[in-house]
Amino acid sequence: MAGLLSLGALLSGCSDPGWQTKDISGLMPPLEFQLTGESGERVDAQTFRGDATLLFFGFTHCHDVCPATMAHLDSIMGELDEEARDDLQVLFVSVDPARDDPETLREYTANFGPEFVGLTGSEEQLDALTRRYRVTYGYGEKDSEGHYMVSHPSAIFAFDRNGEAQLLIRQDDEREDVLSDLRRLLAQG
Amino acid sequence: MLEFERVAGYLLPWEFAPSWVIFCLVAVGLYLRGMQRQRHQGQVVGYWRPFVFLLGVGAIYAVTQTHYDYLSQYMFFTHRAQHLVLHHAAPFLIALAAPLPVLAAGMPSRLRQLPGRTAAGRVMRPPYRLLQHPIIAPLLFVGLIYFWLIPEVHFDAMLSRKLYQIMNWSMLLDGLLFWWLVLDPRTPQQGGLGYGMRILALLVVIPPQILLGAYLTFSESVLFDVYAVCGRAWPIAPLTDQQLGGLITWIPASMMSVIGVLIVIRYILSEKGDVDGGETEHERRVPQP
Repeated sequence: MAGLLSLGALLSGCSDPGWQTKDISGLMPPLEFQLTGESGERVDAQTFRGDATLLFFGFTHCHDVCPATMAHLDSIMGELDEEARDDLQVLFVSVDPARDDPETLREYTANFGPEFVGLTGSEEQLDALTRRYRVTYGYGEKDSEGHYMVSHPSAIFAFDRNGEAQLLIRQDDEREDVLSDLRRLLAQG
Repeated sequence: MLEFERVAGYLLPWEFAPSWVIFCLVAVGLYLRGMQRQRHQGQVVGYWRPFVFLLGVGAIYAVTQTHYDYLSQYMFFTHRAQHLVLHHAAPFLIALAAPLPVLAAGMPSRLRQLPGRTAAGRVMRPPYRLLQHPIIAPLLFVGLIYFWLIPEVHFDAMLSRKLYQIMNWSMLLDGLLFWWLVLDPRTPQQGGLGYGMRILALLVVIPPQILLGAYLTFSESVLFDVYAVCGRAWPIAPLTDQQLGGLITWIPASMMSVIGVLIVIRYILSEKGDVDGGETEHERRVPQP
């Protein structure tokens, strides 16, 4: 019983009270990946160091979670100062490379602000990245027209300017909470 | 060749955790060695006990150190099935096999004569007695199931590799303690728990499990968002996933108690047979603590 109690204390005691969303510093490793950019170029995490980074997984044929999340983020970011906005980038990683080539990704992210960058990669590259953040994705059966569903994480991972993992933002986190955390993340040197 | 690699990939661990591999290897190693020694000493070693024991250990290995572990991490119902094995089925089989005398016979003699062994036994005894108290044990058994299903706790346990391991180990160890308590082959006179108390312990854990399972099954909202946050192994409606998980928590879990009660009743009957004259197989094999 004592073990359970101390475990409970451990669970509740490890998050930084300053953050409103889920603190994952110390729980998740720094941002690292090898992927393909919107022009078909090879990119890695170093390319994005220096700015605070949000990482999100999805696919462009997604009807609910992805567009909702992207639009939600876009509108939240609209409330940031322009200067702060320049220091923030959103990486949209497609886990459906069979349908999302660089051009499709470019057209998709053009619907949102300039901070949005589309990325994808080979199965090995995507597996390495999802595994690193303890998330996964999978494909459903194809229907007669070749359409299929894709399961993917709905979490948004936030990294500081040095690529250190900071936050996990969930779908149902309050807008004000996300906004205040983004401001705080951007205020860090 | 490609097919072979794919199958081999499913048999390899998703996240290699030495503790599980060592536990399973040591258990099987000691058991096989113990059996061999007992045979050498002319003791009759049956078939069903080794079979049941190895099946239990094999099941633990399969749900923790093969690709099945991946499914348990990224889907609720497969996670519930994993815990059904770790907390119910596998410890049940292991306890049923009453493996202690065989494991003891398999122990290297150097280990058995280690100085400080009795002192360690003395230190371990009070906490062990506490955990195996007929009121504490069922409480802990049900409490752990509930604890790891508190949504915030569940979220953290699935997200953190360390907590995930702690969760699974706590389920297995508690399962071994509980099922050993109620399926202990020793009679009450030999130090085992009274049969009435065993049946009571098995029965009191049923309603809370039914309640929890039914709650999960009939809940109209998704209670555990971690599977959406981290992604599911394949696209499945979140509520379907939760309902399947609820059914696993509800039906097979409480069925195990019923089977346990039947086995205890068989113990009682075989003891009666002993009193009436003939010594039963069950009595003869009783290990001394």
